[in-house]
Amino acid sequence: MANIILQIAGGIMLLSIVLSTFRFFKAGSLVDRVVAFDVMTVASISLIALISHFAGRTIYIDVAIIYGLLSFLGVIIIARYLEKSL
Amino acid sequence: MEIIKIIGALITLLGSVFLLLGSIGLIRMPDVFTRIQTGTKASTLGTLLSLLGIGIIYFDIAGKIFLLIVFILITNPVSSHMLARAAHYIGVKKADVTVVDELEDFENEKLNNKTKISE
Amino acid sequence: MKIKSLIISIITLFVIWVLLNMKLSTEVLISGAVVSVLVGLIFCYTCGIFDDLKLNPKAIGYWFLYIFVFIGELVKSNFDVARRVVSPKLPINPGFVEVKTKLKSKLGRMILTNSITLTPGTLTVELKDDTIFIHWIDVKGENMEEHTNAIVSKFEKYLEVIYG
Repeated sequence: MANIILQIAGGIMLLSIVLSTFRFFKAGSLVDRVVAFDVMTVASISLIALISHFAGRTIYIDVAIIYGLLSFLGVIIIARYLEKSL
Repeated sequence: MEIIKIIGALITLLGSVFLLLGSIGLIRMPDVFTRIQTGTKASTLGTLLSLLGIGIIYFDIAGKIFLLIVFILITNPVSSHMLARAAHYIGVKKADVTVVDELEDFENEKLNNKTKISE
Repeated sequence: MKIKSLIISIITLFVIWVLLNMKLSTEVLISGAVVSVLVGLIFCYTCGIFDDLKLNPKAIGYWFLYIFVFIGELVKSNFDVARRVVSPKLPINPGFVEVKTKLKSKLGRMILTNSITLTPGTLTVELKDDTIFIHWIDVKGENMEEHTNAIVSKFEKYLEVIYG
């Protein structure tokens, strides 16, 4: 029962990543792309946590921590670059 | 213990619904600033709830899940603030329904001061 | 008072280490204590980020109260966003407004602006001394006092006790 609900949740997360990918390719400006990328990475963090449940390996949570850290740094660096050109 | 697993799975499902609402807002909203608002807010609570559900199911990794939740709660508003400031600074086009912009005068004043100093 | 910041950051590092390991054996505790004291001494020897934090019982009580108020606002803001996104007419009325804060300390201002970003319909765009510029998705009110009352006051009364 719990597994079926979690599979539905994983499907909804995949759908939200696909929708943000649509905004990523059809963006009005450069900042739009970065926002879409940010939402995509935040959704992938919870997807990685879900995959760690299905694969039965709780070590994948560490991957989610590092992924969140790196995506935060990337977004900050891109925003800094757009504002003051490094 | 089955009932606890089902409660955790339902919380995760609620979180994924919020993530979906965030990306629908990303598509429907008219300009960058409103997209940042809906995208980052809904995705923050969505990720928080889905991680909380996984943490209820596996109680032995609750420490790492808690760290990840606190980390997302701190970093997500910072990155959305930086993106909004950069977007306003490089002059991204605002939506037609925007009613008031008090920040523009402030930035123009700052630019004028800078040019005076360089002259 | 640099020593207070140093002690608080060392304790924070140690708590993070224990949460990452999730067990309380002796070697984990000893190695974590040594590493967190070393890292705290190297990186936070002269930083003063926690100096303004007050540690009397009243401030700690307000800290817990603030966390509950913040979580309530976060949930409310998400239902607000959901209502706006789902409704077919897209009810938005956005604009940039200017508000003032009474807080003096830098850490207090940072926490205030981050809380404003996560509450219903507001997004901090620029912070300059005591002036905050906010992108508001549904502008109400005419002048700066009304905007300040609507956005800042609900957090400021708690943060004033915590940070002064």
